[in-house]
Amino acid sequence: MTPTVLRCHPGVGPAVEGIALVAQDNFSARYDLDRKQGVFSRPSHALAGQSYAGRILVLNDAKGGVATAWMLHEMKARGIVPLALVFNRVNPILAQGAAFGNVTMVDRFDGDVTALIRTGDRLRIDPAAGTVEILDREGQGA
Amino acid sequence: MQLNDEERAMLAGALGEPRRWAIAHQVAVGEFFDAADMVPVAQAHIMADTESLGEAGVAFLERLAAAPGAERRVRVPTLTDPRGLDVAVYKRLGQSAAMAALEARAIAALKAFGVLMTDTCINYQTILPPVRGEHLAMGDTGVVIYTNSVFGARSNFEGGPSALAAGLTGRTPRYGFHLDACRRATRRFRLGASPRDLSEWGALGGIVGRACGSYWEVPLIEGIAAPPGSDALKHFGAALASYGSVALFHMPGVTAEPAAMADAAGDAVAIGRAEIDAFVAGYAAPGEAVDVVVFAAPQLSLIEMQEVADAIGGRQVHPRTTLLVATSPEIKHAADRMGLTARIEASGAVVAAGMCFYNSYAGEMAEANGWRRLVTNSAKLVNIIGGYGYRPSLASLERCVEAAVAGRMR
Repeated sequence: MTPTVLRCHPGVGPAVEGIALVAQDNFSARYDLDRKQGVFSRPSHALAGQSYAGRILVLNDAKGGVATAWMLHEMKARGIVPLALVFNRVNPILAQGAAFGNVTMVDRFDGDVTALIRTGDRLRIDPAAGTVEILDREGQGA
Repeated sequence: MQLNDEERAMLAGALGEPRRWAIAHQVAVGEFFDAADMVPVAQAHIMADTESLGEAGVAFLERLAAAPGAERRVRVPTLTDPRGLDVAVYKRLGQSAAMAALEARAIAALKAFGVLMTDTCINYQTILPPVRGEHLAMGDTGVVIYTNSVFGARSNFEGGPSALAAGLTGRTPRYGFHLDACRRATRRFRLGASPRDLSEWGALGGIVGRACGSYWEVPLIEGIAAPPGSDALKHFGAALASYGSVALFHMPGVTAEPAAMADAAGDAVAIGRAEIDAFVAGYAAPGEAVDVVVFAAPQLSLIEMQEVADAIGGRQVHPRTTLLVATSPEIKHAADRMGLTARIEASGAVVAAGMCFYNSYAGEMAEANGWRRLVTNSAKLVNIIGGYGYRPSLASLERCVEAAVAGRMR
């Protein structure tokens, strides 16, 4: 398929390529994750029980709480961390946490990014340019 | 971003590595939010519990704190949010010596920066209240929302690294709630019933927070019958910030700023008795045995400490249940002096100072103590603690104490 290019606000962290895990839900490292096991642990989260390690998380918004600002750095140091965070809109805590932990993060798209991207899509994110490319979608070939 | 000469010197490393790291971090965050420049802040407040920091975060602080004294000292009064444990009680709560050792390392590093170890999320009640129009770098969502709303001061949510950076540079990027444009109300709510206690003020915050669901929404709440009082606004704001990631609310006649409305605010959403009752009922577990009853999140004021002591009224906590009361070091000293701590602890309850609960290795405490069923009067805690494997219920302070004494919910 011809890559679809989604434009967003310039973000933070390095350019990366990986597989998307998508939900119409919000995010906090403290509220939602078992950070030892690398899975979503909050029973009411749309991704409950799923592993986030090495995946590009595509979600709606950030939840309350300031802990994520430290936690992304801590998760990255242990190697059990999302590859990147792609959100419709984040709060300062997620931005600060991604900047501190050097985790790739972008937000502010034209349209709902949780509808534009599907779980399993292979993505390339360029935070400096403010782009997310959908390189490959299951069932549609490369 | 527009930087002045001093900020450029910091960025070039001329004022040492801690300030170079700090301003570089602030520029990255500021550019992400299209900040035009930096704004000087009067205080910073750092959330730095070791459960969030981990080994990696503590090692980061230690590296930065190894700089020469003149390079590492914070430039504005910088306070701390609650810690991960209280050395006086951690063994009783099933926390480990390794956790205490990590805390000790974090404390030593923070002290090396000249940080004041206040260990509190109620600094606006106990340390130095903000002033209207003051720019601050507050590092706890409950502190930020109270600071912005009740006092009319100006702060974003500043996570630990960013609050430390603000302490080191004495400024913060000018975006979000530092700007008038972000402070206009975007959503309207009309209250048709009065919350009856602190847990219901928290429930109201939860209802409004769920409806808002974004840092960039500013709710305006009409129909408040009488000024709610500091502890009620504390629970309301903490829950609103927790459920909604909201950092500012307006209550005409109560909060500090005249509330300008954004054009898109729309019609008011009505919240009445039925909505508050339904929110509380969503967490109900009648008849079930209770493992732990928690008064925390936010830490208790001196008035709340007295209310807990009075509610216990000389009775004993049930042998299979733990009652934990968390307050700030300042309030703990006052409660000690006034005999409140002794009255609470005579029941078998644990009074902890300088910690909270959810940020205190809650998952490990659950495992060590076999805790699952939790009862609290904090809507904020009810919201957070599910991810740590607890099943929480929300109840009034009196019903929480009854549950602790009976060992089950009635």
